[in-house]
Amino acid sequence: MAEKKIKIIIAKPGLDGHDRGAKVVARALVEAGMEVVYLGLRQTPESIVNAALEEDADVVGLSILSGAHMTHFKRVKELMDKNGLGDRLLTGGGIIPTKDQDKLKDLGVGKVFGPGDDLQSIVDYIRKWRGSQGD
Amino acid sequence: MDKKAWEKKFRNSGLREADFSTISGRPLEPLYDWDDLADLNLKKELAYPGEYPYTRGVHPSMYRGKLWTMRQFAGMGTPQQTNQRYKFLLEKGQTGLSVAFDNPTLYGWDSDHALSIGEVGRTGVAVDTMEDMEILFDEIPLDKVSTSMTINAPASWIFAMFLANAEKRHIPFAELRGTLQNDILKEYIAQKEWIFPPEPHLRLITDLMAFCADHVPQWNTISISGYHIREAGSTAAQELAFTLADGFAYVEHALRAGLDIDDFAPRLSFFFNAHLDFFEEIAKLRAARRIWARHMKERFKAKNPRSWLCRFHVQTAGCSLTAQQPELNIVRTALEALAGVLGGCQSLHTNSMDEALALPSEKAVEIALRTQQVIAFESGAANVIDPLGGSYFVEKLTNELEEEAERYFRKIEEHGGVVPAIEKGFFQREITRAAYEYQMALSRKRKISVGVNEFVNEDERLEIPLLEIDESVEKDQVRRLGEVRKRRDNGAVRAKLEALEKAAAGTANLTPFLLDCARVYGTLGEISAALISVFGEYQEQPFF
Repeated sequence: MAEKKIKIIIAKPGLDGHDRGAKVVARALVEAGMEVVYLGLRQTPESIVNAALEEDADVVGLSILSGAHMTHFKRVKELMDKNGLGDRLLTGGGIIPTKDQDKLKDLGVGKVFGPGDDLQSIVDYIRKWRGSQGD
Repeated sequence: MDKKAWEKKFRNSGLREADFSTISGRPLEPLYDWDDLADLNLKKELAYPGEYPYTRGVHPSMYRGKLWTMRQFAGMGTPQQTNQRYKFLLEKGQTGLSVAFDNPTLYGWDSDHALSIGEVGRTGVAVDTMEDMEILFDEIPLDKVSTSMTINAPASWIFAMFLANAEKRHIPFAELRGTLQNDILKEYIAQKEWIFPPEPHLRLITDLMAFCADHVPQWNTISISGYHIREAGSTAAQELAFTLADGFAYVEHALRAGLDIDDFAPRLSFFFNAHLDFFEEIAKLRAARRIWARHMKERFKAKNPRSWLCRFHVQTAGCSLTAQQPELNIVRTALEALAGVLGGCQSLHTNSMDEALALPSEKAVEIALRTQQVIAFESGAANVIDPLGGSYFVEKLTNELEEEAERYFRKIEEHGGVVPAIEKGFFQREITRAAYEYQMALSRKRKISVGVNEFVNEDERLEIPLLEIDESVEKDQVRRLGEVRKRRDNGAVRAKLEALEKAAAGTANLTPFLLDCARVYGTLGEISAALISVFGEYQEQPFF
């Protein structure tokens, strides 16, 4: 049986219009054989988690370059846990200082990527996470 | 030796395996010579500085007359903190101000809006009412220093607050100098901070042009911006073409509204990116002046030579900065700034080395400003006008960019113009494709980013201090906004908002109505809501 495609929600929470990174990553994930649902701009934590539920997504990726990452990641993680998506991967990227990356890790958020990270490293990370999940 | 003989020697000399195209993927010859310019009437295509078609500069004297304005884009935290940063920059020799607003303000939302949580003061300063303008510009001589404001969707009502504050300080509107970005078309294309559908936004822009022609004559009513298009990932030619196409669209809209071209066109200004590819950027800036002049004179029949001028601000490329080995960003920025100067900019912002990581620290922004001073006073770059004019390579590139822009103009026309092309996602797709191709070129190491995909320092640790925005900023701002709402004459606010709403439903110039709302401390969000009730909101179809 063919392996089920990894399904990923990509979203821009809050008011941040910088969508270059999100779109480039979305394309790279599709090229790598994953299924991407791009929600676009101005998403709320609620709209993102609802989409993840509806799509039964494996991974949620947030792109935040506005400095509001602590607020948004925390809220999305809480809502994912509350809605039975605690076993799914919450990851993302943007302008996120190392100190805050550590704090996000403590909240249960996965690796957070930044400027200069290679597209392949994102693909590899998601595949590795999936591999560690078993069936 | 003839060219064939040289070419043979060249090929036989052993060539490096490398990508010799520009950062935009433009293929380049190893050498340019007189043959490349053989078909060109140089005297006509270049002319003199200050002479049509202005390829060599908009002023006869360029930097021999006046250096470019050194204008650092700044804003963070509370209006008080930003006011302190402005005073710091002016004290260090900056010659103009440039306001960065936070995200809620850019969207026209108040700091206490439910969706503003976590965003207040993060990427710029929050302005909710005229009171914030009073604090922001406290003790700053608005009649002496020119002020640029990077605001688009709610530009007219932020400007109304600025004007109301000047009025309160008894500074005549006629003495105010500065620029409002006010460029909504590139918001749909690249930066994505809109409120209404295009048509009402275009009306507000045309209204402001008409108002300023009569009352604020030294103000640049719009800064038609390629910067964000480039940051979103476009090529140099796309930046050039899409920006100028936006400019033509504003001109056409104002003409349809019955304005005389020579009344408003002299106050149109531009804003371009200075990216890493040195010569292509210089060529792009030179081409911009020539294309704009030609279209304004020949196509739109402007009579006043001031209407033909493509005057522009340049900012170095934020997207070229790296989080890795951030000190290298000082070097990148210096090269980009030099391209801006050799391209003949009227004002310049240099990015700080830490901007791939956070908003700039005071130390970083001082180095960025000092970089401009080194170029202006040490490098000799400002001594001679258009020093690269006549270079086989630069002239050839200038021509190529002009031709490529003209091809894009035709494509945009085929889509029915700029607004229909936006609605079909034409620009957005072109830019996304270019961004992806560049990222893949980095991935495959066809393009090199020092410290990122080559010359990497393993186990690199960040050793520069970063600016942090304290969480108290949001609380303070929300508290002060609440106090203003209590203190002001709420009956007057309601009356002015109702008058605005009524005017919006009709055809009157909306600027005076916005000014009335600002004078009585109507909030940014209240004014937005009044206009949304008439104009509706814009939704983008997400795609990648």
